[in-house]
Amino acid sequence: MTDIAIVAYQQTDAVSDAGAVNEVELIIPVLGRVFEQAGLTNSQDVDFVCSGSCDYLQGAAFAFVLGVDALGAVPPIKESHVEMDAAWALYESILKIRMGHAESALVYGFGKSSPGELPIVLSQQLDPYYLAPQWIDAISLAALQARQMLDQGLVSERDMAEVVARSRNNALNNPHAQLAGEVSVDDVLAEDTYVSPLRKADCCPVSDGASAMIIATVEKAEEWGKPYAVISGIDHRIETHNLGMRDLTDSLSTRQAAEGAGMGQGRVDVAELYAPFSHQEIILTRALGLGEETSINPSGGVLAGNMMMASGLSRVGEVFDRIVSGEAERGIAHATSGPCLQHNLVTVLEKA
Amino acid sequence: MSEEQDVITGIEAPVYLKYNFTAGAAAARFLHQIKKGVLTGQRCPSCQQVYIPPRGSCAACGCPTEEEVEVADKATIQSFTIVTIPIPNNPIQPPYIIANLVADGANISFLHLISECVNEDVHIGQRVQALWKPEEEWDYAMDNIRYFRPIDEPDVPVEMIGKLPVTGWEGSADD
Repeated sequence: MTDIAIVAYQQTDAVSDAGAVNEVELIIPVLGRVFEQAGLTNSQDVDFVCSGSCDYLQGAAFAFVLGVDALGAVPPIKESHVEMDAAWALYESILKIRMGHAESALVYGFGKSSPGELPIVLSQQLDPYYLAPQWIDAISLAALQARQMLDQGLVSERDMAEVVARSRNNALNNPHAQLAGEVSVDDVLAEDTYVSPLRKADCCPVSDGASAMIIATVEKAEEWGKPYAVISGIDHRIETHNLGMRDLTDSLSTRQAAEGAGMGQGRVDVAELYAPFSHQEIILTRALGLGEETSINPSGGVLAGNMMMASGLSRVGEVFDRIVSGEAERGIAHATSGPCLQHNLVTVLEKA
Repeated sequence: MSEEQDVITGIEAPVYLKYNFTAGAAAARFLHQIKKGVLTGQRCPSCQQVYIPPRGSCAACGCPTEEEVEVADKATIQSFTIVTIPIPNNPIQPPYIIANLVADGANISFLHLISECVNEDVHIGQRVQALWKPEEEWDYAMDNIRYFRPIDEPDVPVEMIGKLPVTGWEGSADD
């Protein structure tokens, strides 16, 4: 099978409100930087472009089409879009290259969540008959999940606070983080609950931002002469939309995706997990069987900044950065979508 | 065994979501200018095309656009349609004409209305000019211009539409 390399990755800062910028203005600076990193000019220099975004976030119909104005699409380019996190746009791009239809691709994701009420907006991704009409917001569903874990003794509030404190401290080294600081476990526990049992710190912030990546066949990456990391596996699995039929305290789909991606075939030095709520990082760590040898969310994860539709791709980008810098040899990136970790994708990256 | 039940063919589940929508930096500057009665586009630093309303990028080249360019309120009809079907909640009564217009000094069209004309005589290449609302009614809106109306200037050949300088068709003829 064709070996595929990540050649470049860039992201914006995660900010609570990007202000009066439209999608093009949000994307264009990050695309400029990612092309520069790969030694390319614009999307004419890659064979395929795939983006991830969701028009519900900013409330603008066909915003993803307007985003194409950032690409330089004359003469026409081969372009696609997923109404999902850009980690799935990466997946589509990998398939495109493996099928032999392209040798290189630009993948980007963007989300401007600040114009709407994100937890309420996300209620509209629930099944349309039983759950969406009840407007059950994303935080309340996560709180139900956390409550189940606490009641079953699978986790303690202190365990959850430890995840938050580690995220805040790790994020001090992440220049793009929205929330970072020398926060202790006791600081977190001293906070009032927000949507019981969750404290506000247990929940990811609402962020605006974008990220972009360039991938290519290993041969093409060698030709470009840039440092790269190899994607040795990628897989994704989804669970039923019926929350009552799932074991919310576990993540079967994450475990299956990791098996499919070949995670177990070597040591995992670093893992970037898309856990929008503190207890979900614990679920994911257990589902993946990660131990002491793995550095988990050294970027601070999405508790430090949650750029909807971009942060999944950013997890891959964070692992790429650490492999290229020599900090890690092998790592995994996880992306999620849907309520309570419904849909999960795992990418395995290795040094070239 | 099973009880006879009515077939359910639909449920009502209305969706209301509220947003604080922002037009974007480029569009916001355009709107500030149109409140002053000025049409302002942006020029691509690479291909030199002028876009109005501007989006902050050149869609062809993919580069950011920053240079602001004032364009004329005279324009050329690039294409048009005569609307004969009433559209719910639209205050304009059919038949009326909606057209893609390229303002002098711009290279891409925007949509606006054509009026004070015989609908059947409207044609591609026809020259038109904006009829503005009274200045005291100007707002951050494209409908500061009520509509465009034909002016007495020779038609622009199809291959020249979208290529006129800000001085207009007659201005370019002097070159």
